[in-house]
Amino acid sequence: MPKARIYITLKPSLLDAQGRVLENALRQLGFETVQGVRVGKYLEVDLQPDGDPHAQIEAMCQKLLANPVIEQYRYEVSDS
Amino acid sequence: MRAGVIVFPGSNCDRDAYFALRDVLGYAVDFLWHDAACDLGDYGLVVVPGGFSYGDYLRPGAIARFARVMDSLRAYAARGGRVLGVCNGFQILCEAGLLPGALTRNIGLKFRCMPVHIRVENAATPFTRRYRQGEVLRLPIAHGDGRYVCDEATLQQLRANGQIIFRYCSPTGALDAAHNPNGSVDHIAGVANAQFNVLGMMPHPERACELLLGSEDGRRLLEVG
Repeated sequence: MPKARIYITLKPSLLDAQGRVLENALRQLGFETVQGVRVGKYLEVDLQPDGDPHAQIEAMCQKLLANPVIEQYRYEVSDS
Repeated sequence: MRAGVIVFPGSNCDRDAYFALRDVLGYAVDFLWHDAACDLGDYGLVVVPGGFSYGDYLRPGAIARFARVMDSLRAYAARGGRVLGVCNGFQILCEAGLLPGALTRNIGLKFRCMPVHIRVENAATPFTRRYRQGEVLRLPIAHGDGRYVCDEATLQQLRANGQIIFRYCSPTGALDAAHNPNGSVDHIAGVANAQFNVLGMMPHPERACELLLGSEDGRRLLEVG
């Protein structure tokens, strides 16, 4: 059964307030190599085997899962 | 005058809006259930209220925009019907594409619940014609996702067309970072569509319609006709 793994994050041009707080927190904990943190969403969507999973996931992201005004997304589809 | 207030699962300012429209302004008011299509032709105003529709799952307004009543609202707005989205209602109207831009997490990550001041930036709209240009209003906010954002081209368009209706400001009307409660671009607190019949704003006019409640600055915004 195809499984899609979808990653949604704010567009790079937008300030990610959560990411900035985590970046500061990590530095304070001594992780001085941290150059940036972006916080996003991770979704798993199980699909029926028939049909084009990429086309379906693309449509889902466009219509509901991501807001193209502020977010970008990527996904991978695997059989599992 | 007849007004409608949409009710989603998780709306929590629907009764505030109902009270303000019925008891303060004396309108006939109907609650409009999210899961029913209906003809909104008789309404002089439809309010999309604040709250946490569908639990804010995924993003505020992301699920609500697909509710059946939204098709009716879209048709009503396309015919020039007056739509006011407050707080979560603003988020829903942006998600639905009835207003440009989007609302994202407050810059300080805090849920801000407090009175703020906003400046009337365009008093020539059906919503704001009872205010003076530049008038400073005191209204409450209560939101965690109120940072208005849009791309640069959209921002230029909003400015050029006068679609920025309210900006956060100091009590004397100055624009500065200290009085921008959520980090909104260009201090934006409310925007209208290009036809000025759809307005979205984060502050709550319906909670500021009587002096007993601290301010009646919001009352004129809800007056129709």
